Parts: sequence; C-alpha cells; structure tokens
Amino acid sequence: MRIFDPHIHMTSRTTDDYQNMHVVGVRAVVEPAFWLGQPRTGLSSFTDYFDSLIGWERFRASQFGISHNCTIALNPKEANDPRCAEVLDVLPRYLGKDGVVAVGEIGYDSMTRAEDEAFARQLALAVEHDLPVLVHTPHRDKKAGTARTLDVIRESGADPGAVLVDHLNEVTAPMVADSGCWLGFSIYPDTKMDEHRMVALLKEYGTARILVNSAADWGRSDPLKPYRVGQAMLAAGFTPAEVDTVLWQNPVDFYRRSGHLMLGGDVPADVEVVSFAGNSVLRGGS
Amino acid sequence: MAYKQEHPWLTVVHGGSPAAILRAPQNGWPAGAERRIREQPAAIHEYFPLAGQAVGRVPVQPETDPHGLAFGTVDDQARARLLAALAEVLPAGELAAEVERLYRHGDDAERRGVLRALPLLPDSLVRLGLELVADALRTNDPRLIAAAMGPFAAEHLDQAQWRQGVVKCLFAGVTLLAVADLVARTDSELLRMARDLAEERRAAGREISPDLRALLGMTVLMALVPPRAEGDRR
Repeated sequence: MRIFDPHIHMTSRTTDDYQNMHVVGVRAVVEPAFWLGQPRTGLSSFTDYFDSLIGWERFRASQFGISHNCTIALNPKEANDPRCAEVLDVLPRYLGKDGVVAVGEIGYDSMTRAEDEAFARQLALAVEHDLPVLVHTPHRDKKAGTARTLDVIRESGADPGAVLVDHLNEVTAPMVADSGCWLGFSIYPDTKMDEHRMVALLKEYGTARILVNSAADWGRSDPLKPYRVGQAMLAAGFTPAEVDTVLWQNPVDFYRRSGHLMLGGDVPADVEVVSFAGNSVLRGGS
Repeated sequence: MAYKQEHPWLTVVHGGSPAAILRAPQNGWPAGAERRIREQPAAIHEYFPLAGQAVGRVPVQPETDPHGLAFGTVDDQARARLLAALAEVLPAGELAAEVERLYRHGDDAERRGVLRALPLLPDSLVRLGLELVADALRTNDPRLIAAAMGPFAAEHLDQAQWRQGVVKCLFAGVTLLAVADLVARTDSELLRMARDLAEERRAAGREISPDLRALLGMTVLMALVPPRAEGDRR
C-alpha cells in the first residue's frame, strides 16, 4: 500500500512519526501552512515558517524516504490579526517555488470580515498563479460555513476541479460533491471523521475526487490514519486498486496540477513521477 | 591506488573555474532566461525558482557524485548562469542586494544555486559571500553545507572557519569531495581535530567513516615530519 498524505503538519511531529509512516507505506506528504497553536504577531515569524516548509522540513522528510511538498497561505484564524495582514503581500514570492503545490489552507474560522477579505484575495492569487487551492472548513457552524465557502469559491472564478475542500463529514460532503470541487476528509482519533465512517462514505460516493488525510498536527491526532482507512477499505471489500486511487493516485492527480509536485524516493514505478534531487537520502548532523 | 579510488578528493581537481560552473545544461531554457535578465534584471526573481522545473535536478557528475554534493546539479549550473548574466548588467551595490535577496528568499535549491555561483561574482561581493557561506554552514542541511565548502570558501574563508566547515562535513555525512582544495588547505590543526573526532567516535564505539579515516591517513604522512624541538621556530 503506497500512501500520499495530502494534509499533515509534519513540523509538529517527531522523527518516530516519519519512521512509522514510512513503515506503513507513506512516501509523500503535503504540509499545508496553518497556525501553530501559539499565535504569531508579525511577518518574519511567518516567513521563517514558510521557509522551513520549503527547506528544513523537506530535508527532514527526505531523510526518511518521504517526499515533502507544501501549500502556502495566511490561515483564516490569523487573518483576523491586523499585524499579520502583510503576510498576504509576500505570498507571491513563494507560489512559483518547487514543492509549493497549492495556495492553502485558506477559508473560514469564525467567518469574520477579515477572513472574507483574506479568503477572496488568496483565491484570486491562486487563479493568477494557476495553482490549486486547499480550503479549510470551519469547526464551528460547519454546515453554514461550508455553504458560504462554496459561494465564495464560485464567485472567485476558480476552476472547481482545482479546489480541494477539506475536513468534510457526512453533513457537508453532499454540497461539496455537487460543486465539482474535490472532497477532503480528515481522519482523527476522536473528532472529525473515523475510518469506518470514511469507508461508508466511500461506498456512497465512490473513489473519484476524494482525498483522505490525517491532518495530524500538534493536537491529538494520528499520522497512521490514512493507512487505517486503507485497511478498513480492504476489509470492507474494496480492491487494492481502489485503495491506491484514494490513498495515492487522487492526491497525485490533484496536486500535480500545480506543476510543482515533487515525488521521489522508493515510490513503486507504476506511477508517473517527477524525480527529485536524485532521490537521495542524506544524513543530517550537527 | 585503490586508496585513491576510494577517496577521489585526494586527487580531484575541483570544478571551480567559471567554465566548469557554467557548463550549459542540455536545453535552451537558461539562454532565454539570461536574455530576459539582461534586458530586465528584476526578472531573475521570476526565473530563479523555476530552474529545477526547467532543466531538471540531476547531479552534474552522477557517477562520482551521486547526490550532487561535490559538483552540484544541473539546476545549480542553470542558476549560476542567471547570476552571471545579472552580474554583467547590474552595478556592484545593486548586484549585492539582489544576490542577498535571492539567497534569503530562496528555498534550499535556490540557496545552493547562489552559493555555488559565488566564484563567478565580482570581488565587491566577497563580504556578502562570506556572510552567506557562514549562514549555510550554520544549517544542518548537507546539500547547503556542501555547496558552502566549494571554491569560494577555499579562496576566502579564514582558516578557523574553514576547518570548522570541514569537520561539519564529517558530522553531516557530506563527502569531503565537496571541500574544494582540501589537500592544499589542510593543516596540522585540522588533523588534530580529525584525530580527536576519531578518538571520540572510537570511545563511543561508533564507526569511523571512510572520509575521516582518509583524513587520518594524511595524519600519518604528517607524522613523517620530525616533531618540533624546543626552540625550533620552523
């Protein structure tokens, strides 16, 4: 089973996680820029964070045979702090870079005016740079928030086929499926979705345009959840090819649209991959 | 002879000459980008990140240097060409500001591109070059460390920093092939540091890498020199 986790915050995870992920078949990840738990207060702590997503974290992942890509954006939560507004001005310098495969996570947290503004501006940036978009849906007031999210996406003129709407559940999935956007599901130990509900949804919707992720971060979460979904799919009678569609091919197809997706390492040869830096695993030191 | 084959840095002539750094990648992308940059220097910020997508990322000498640590990668070469074009059209002060921006705003590959192109840039950029090399040597990324220890470092880094760079390579698993002019700049202090490192590793029951072993081999050669007598000012 080869796995591409399309949404995981590796900055917050340990080397044991990387090792365990590799053992169960994870060979590629996308790390969306998001908030770090502790609010940031200025531009340079954002640019240092973005630089680590395209630098140190990518290198750390490569040591474990995992290709690391990222998405770059001002997240909705911190979009509410006026001290962070200038982050929007430096985003373009990141959007042409290797391994920056989408604008994201953008969207709503509390559905404020500042969030409206940041969401619309960043959708426009994605359209301008011809990049896919990763959209976060709010935890609170999720159904109304998702409906409003889809309205904003429609108004932006972005191609729904280049938009992934994430953290969906049984209630929000139908409207996103109707919109033509890709559907993302985060499998969590307690909240969001679990693997068995995920299998039920896959039976209902099929495997097209569906991505499954761990969204693992600094909270209670589990980077092996996509693997558990694969196991649950097989147990429920899905074929290995269908598991591969959901856990590998769909994320590759979605993020490949950027032209910046970097895959390498020991990915089995039956997928068309862009080789990266000679696939090297280099040892770090002090 | 087998010894030298195992450690090609003992005999290698490092590709630090402008011709070697600039050798043309196998497609027309760099030439077009150079033209645009000569017309409009700010365009380099648009082209610099695209080099890997445009010309690939394979090592220049995959047989002897499979990770591109010693001789760089084809995208390193393409970026060097862009910087050389920029250096033709910008006055020194502006050039330094743009080069610094490209490095500071660059990802690891772009930073490597700047580091490997340093020997091509005018002398007025040496101070900036030393700052960027010091920055790269503070990281833990072997590819940056390797790029930092090329011909520019061999020519300009002071001896103490240079020795630290060599030992950092040993720690980070960077082949000493990446260190330009290693044999010429090696001094007894570096050999002492290598001996101490080996002693630490032996005490900890750790493996002595072939590169470290080879450096220690140079120690043996030094041991042929008679020890200094009291008052010997040699």
